[in-house]
Amino acid sequence: MARKPTQQIVLTVDQLTIRFGGLTAVDSMTFDVHEGEVLSLIGPNGAGKTTAFNAITGYLKPSSGNIAYQGTSLVGLKPNQIAELGVVRTFQKTSVFGGETAFHNVLMGLHRQLKQKPWQIIFGLPSVAAEERAMRNKAREVLEFVGLGARANELGNALPYGEQRLLEVAIALAARPSLLLLDEPVSGMNPSETSSFMKLLGEIRKLGITVLLVEHDMKMVMGVSDRVVVLNYGSIIANGSPAEIQKNPDVIRAYLGERHRKTQAKSKGKKRA
Amino acid sequence: MNRRLIEFGVVLFFASVPFWLGNLYYLHILITTGIFIIAAMSLNLLLGYTGQLSLGHVAFFGIGAYTSALISIGFDLELTDTYTFVFEPKPVWFSFLCGIAFAAICGWLIGKISFKVRGAYFVIVTISFAEVVRLVALNWIDLTEGPMALNNIPPFTLGIPGLWELTFFKKEPNYWLVLALCVVSFVIVRRLVQSRAGRAMIALRENESLATSVGVDVTKYLVLATVISAGMAGAAGGLYTHYIRIVDPDVFLFIYTVTMVIMVITGGKGTLLGPIVGGLIFGILPEALRGLAGPEVQWVIYGILMILVVYFLPGGIVPALSNWWRQREDNQSTSSPGDAAPGTAS
Repeated sequence: MARKPTQQIVLTVDQLTIRFGGLTAVDSMTFDVHEGEVLSLIGPNGAGKTTAFNAITGYLKPSSGNIAYQGTSLVGLKPNQIAELGVVRTFQKTSVFGGETAFHNVLMGLHRQLKQKPWQIIFGLPSVAAEERAMRNKAREVLEFVGLGARANELGNALPYGEQRLLEVAIALAARPSLLLLDEPVSGMNPSETSSFMKLLGEIRKLGITVLLVEHDMKMVMGVSDRVVVLNYGSIIANGSPAEIQKNPDVIRAYLGERHRKTQAKSKGKKRA
Repeated sequence: MNRRLIEFGVVLFFASVPFWLGNLYYLHILITTGIFIIAAMSLNLLLGYTGQLSLGHVAFFGIGAYTSALISIGFDLELTDTYTFVFEPKPVWFSFLCGIAFAAICGWLIGKISFKVRGAYFVIVTISFAEVVRLVALNWIDLTEGPMALNNIPPFTLGIPGLWELTFFKKEPNYWLVLALCVVSFVIVRRLVQSRAGRAMIALRENESLATSVGVDVTKYLVLATVISAGMAGAAGGLYTHYIRIVDPDVFLFIYTVTMVIMVITGGKGTLLGPIVGGLIFGILPEALRGLAGPEVQWVIYGILMILVVYFLPGGIVPALSNWWRQREDNQSTSSPGDAAPGTAS
């Protein structure tokens, strides 16, 4: 269905540690993201997933450790500089330009792809007008791509929740990412919206975009991921394919507790018997 | 196409005003209103599009006015007991450009200083800046004549020196000049806000962290907005100084900033036409009320008007009118949802 992930490493997170005062939110986290894959970061609430996202995209300064994207260290760069490198994120809390139309939301996302300079704009050069026309078409294409073509003229605030989440993805895609970080993209979506989002994610992969996903919806995580990294209390407790993760005793303990693991083992035993 | 024609018609209408108005005092009111509209448009770029409130905007206006006045009349400064720096008078068009440039440089400085902190801090920095500039103008008597004011400022001239020249002593040419600069300012602001730069400014106003996540350099565009805004306010100051031909430290009064803010907010901040509509209302209203109420009562009336507008038309007059217009059109053509061309909202 999608392009095969290569073994080429694009993002390296090395010994990443983030402390808030006395609390260690992320503790010596180390993992790699391979080109073209969908890697999911999962773990119970408070495990440090969003904190790690914020550090990778420059919204938080790591206490120690290194983050590198295609050989360039991201530590100390501003979020917009990181976006310039092709690392674009969405937010856990729905985040659109509420007072603007969906179409304009995407136009704002295209910022990185435009070349016009302020003086060219002020003098109204024809090249600026030509670029604007090209970008308007591009914005429509992106809206069509995520399935919001019919909503172009609706205000961001006025869209239903599920569509706001799609608009967020459209804004991020407009910034032409090579690595897309999605922070709980389907939270608040109903099951049919979720399954169509999974299809969209497949389309995004076809564009050759690597995806780092934080998500609580396990059906989605297991369905779309090539690999899964499990966090608990700021540390990585497992790293592997979805099938391996589902069998991993540490993961089951972290999510469901020790007793459940035993009962599960028992019931499995019964089934066999 | 149609739109172009309407715009052309409106400009033509305003250009024809001196021919049929027949009252020089009314023309004077329109000139000062036009100057204030340029200042309000410049404030709107900051307040309406980037969402930053400059409560010291009059500083840029005054800097433009003083710079242009000083360069056109010349000045001398006693730097040491033996050396006096003498600056010869320069042509008005040159001094006017210097006024714009110097105001823009001050805007750049303010932007650089305060945009690390934003919001309330920006308001405080701009207020303090305006007050400092006012005190300089009031107390640096060697340069600015302080409260005695700079007099005999030359008016604008047009033409080729030596061959043919028109000096703008009369009201009419001044009116057309102000109108022309209103149009230029309007076009600049419109081009900006419908471009990459303007969208970056709006993106910051709407959602700063989302804007940075797609690669918008926040500080850069806020500084750009301040520079252009300050330059435009400086141009308004230059127009004022060469039209009135006298400038004193009262140009820095806080009340003028407040007037600009009122014009922008009642007209509709973040809309292209808002400052023009608000500017016309609050430029002409004082004259309309002059016979009915004293200045103090007028301020009370403005206050009440402002509260009413903000209460009943929260976005301002222009957004309320365009919403009403859109609804009317929707009702008329219920057959198919018209593809309202995005990005052309005024």
